[in-house]
Amino acid sequence: MPEPDVAAGTGSASGRSADGEPAGSVDVAAGGAPAVVLAPADAAALGGAADVAPALVRRSGRLGVPGKVAIAWLVFVVAAAVLAPVLPLDDPNATEGSLARQGPGTDGHLLGGDGLGRDLLSRLVWGARSSLLLGVGAVAIGIVGGGTLGLLAGYYRRRIGTFLVGLFDTLLSFPALILALTLVTVFATGEGTSSTRRMVVLILALGVVSIPLLGRIARATTLTWSQREFVMAAKAMGQRDRSIMIGEVLPNVLPAMFSLALLSIAIVIVAEGGLSVLGVGVMLPTPSWGNIIAEGRSDLRDAAHIVMFPTIVIFLTVLALNYLGDVVRARFDVRESAL
Amino acid sequence: MRVIAGRLLHLVVVLFFVTLFVALLTSMLPGDPVDAIAGFASPEQKDALRTDLGLDDPVWVQYGRWMGDFVTGDLGGYYSVTGERPVWDRVSEALPVSLQLMVEAQVLALIFAIPLGVFTAYRAGSRFDRTTGATLFGLLAIPNFALALVLAYYVGVQLGWLPVSGYVAPSDDLLEHFRRMAMPAISLAVGQVAVYMRLLRSDMIATLQEDFITMAKAKGLPPWHVLWRHALRPSSLTLLTVAGLNVGTLIGGAVVVEVIFSLPGMGLLLGEAINARQYIALQSLIAIIAVGYVLINFLVDVLYAVLDPRIRHART
Repeated sequence: MPEPDVAAGTGSASGRSADGEPAGSVDVAAGGAPAVVLAPADAAALGGAADVAPALVRRSGRLGVPGKVAIAWLVFVVAAAVLAPVLPLDDPNATEGSLARQGPGTDGHLLGGDGLGRDLLSRLVWGARSSLLLGVGAVAIGIVGGGTLGLLAGYYRRRIGTFLVGLFDTLLSFPALILALTLVTVFATGEGTSSTRRMVVLILALGVVSIPLLGRIARATTLTWSQREFVMAAKAMGQRDRSIMIGEVLPNVLPAMFSLALLSIAIVIVAEGGLSVLGVGVMLPTPSWGNIIAEGRSDLRDAAHIVMFPTIVIFLTVLALNYLGDVVRARFDVRESAL
Repeated sequence: MRVIAGRLLHLVVVLFFVTLFVALLTSMLPGDPVDAIAGFASPEQKDALRTDLGLDDPVWVQYGRWMGDFVTGDLGGYYSVTGERPVWDRVSEALPVSLQLMVEAQVLALIFAIPLGVFTAYRAGSRFDRTTGATLFGLLAIPNFALALVLAYYVGVQLGWLPVSGYVAPSDDLLEHFRRMAMPAISLAVGQVAVYMRLLRSDMIATLQEDFITMAKAKGLPPWHVLWRHALRPSSLTLLTVAGLNVGTLIGGAVVVEVIFSLPGMGLLLGEAINARQYIALQSLIAIIAVGYVLINFLVDVLYAVLDPRIRHART
């Protein structure tokens, strides 16, 4: 690649295209490259959001009404997911023949039934548990792994940096969704794989896939910050590298990582959907937003609501995460606040 | 030249690691790989298969043999109770389908993204610019498999305008080919349009502030001439690179969308192989996709170096 890393140093995750700055090369790294690698629809989420956002989000990074709505939606979804066991819902796996493929409102089932006659609302709520657990779990692995490696690569630019950049590049030379699919297939499709095993492998696989992506951006951000005056001052005062990295550089890298984490959760949720369509998503009968859609595919003709409701839920969640990711980025943008 | 030599070295290293990883996939299967590959087989058949696959050989022997088979087009077989069918037969038919889908999606995305990018840059900050930005931001949040299903339902089932599944080769019936490819390609292209348009818009805004543009305007050239003839080319380098690099995204997307629209491409084979637990076939399919991706990235790098003198003459 034409050295997008270095370029990314200036803007980190920002891709401030909309401001008319020559953000070309920045976007390759910040927006473009991740898009390249991650996944199917997900690609859109990361790469795209990074590019499209600034037009929508004000420079100040204020939440605004859409931001508040986005937070409200996410709080609602998280609450539903956490409270699923105590909510007055049907058993998400209980089948009721007469409910199969019935539309919203049938017999007091708010969203109707799915193809096998299970309550769709209940499956959506329990599905939120899997989808969010997967998103947060995988991104946590990505942030911790990628953040640590990126920090090291950006701080020790010479040997460790070169090695890690090579490592990231090699990992990224596998199309991300295909890599995740490969890992899940090898480790969790055999005879007698349990639902839990599948979930753990999914989290690990999607987490591993996101390490090089998040790592590159952590490195790019670290590169710029570690050349700032206060870091040099800390060095001159004889502080040890480790305490400089943790005490001086890391706090400045975190906002960029946080912004990216929000976008990445969206990507992972979407990626699980893609994997579900291919048969390696969250394992049935455990519901996830993705596998409800994948399963509903066969009833598209007669009972489109089975696909439409989870689609709307994913859409709103991804939209909210993308929007908030951009708000965070706009608020903490290096070039505006610090220079 | 030096840049290209560097890239070539990088290519070799990456290809080595990618193929090594894929070659060892079967031995990474939990438990006895042979049970996973052909659980239905009798013990004698399993022994034969084990010798055939050489799973007890040292890693480098396994790698060498796999690589030798792979480059000579021996992609292993689909194992079933009735015997073994070569994977290559399916792949040779599936590969063109996937490539067509990706190229068509890419072209479609660019057809929409370029005029939109140029125009929104020209009228940056206008209502049209903001509306386009907001619309695309929304479209980005729709996963492509979900978009594919929504399209299949409304355009295919409700309106009945387009067939929802199947494939027709362009050599058989070009019109029918595009009718079948339209929805899959649109599902893939929508997300890309947003990315490309934004990218072109920002580069274009930067270019429009350059002196030679002011000069062109001062000469009294009409705006469309300035935009399309003067500003577009220098603004499109990043777009081209990203369009090339985005192939990875496209691959991931195409794989999923093919399954939804029953397009007999690599994705459909992949989905079938997963559901039938055909690990040898999977290994070959993954290898082809990964190697193809690495090669495309390499070509994009080289192309970029050729197009942009600043990169061509840079020292690596």
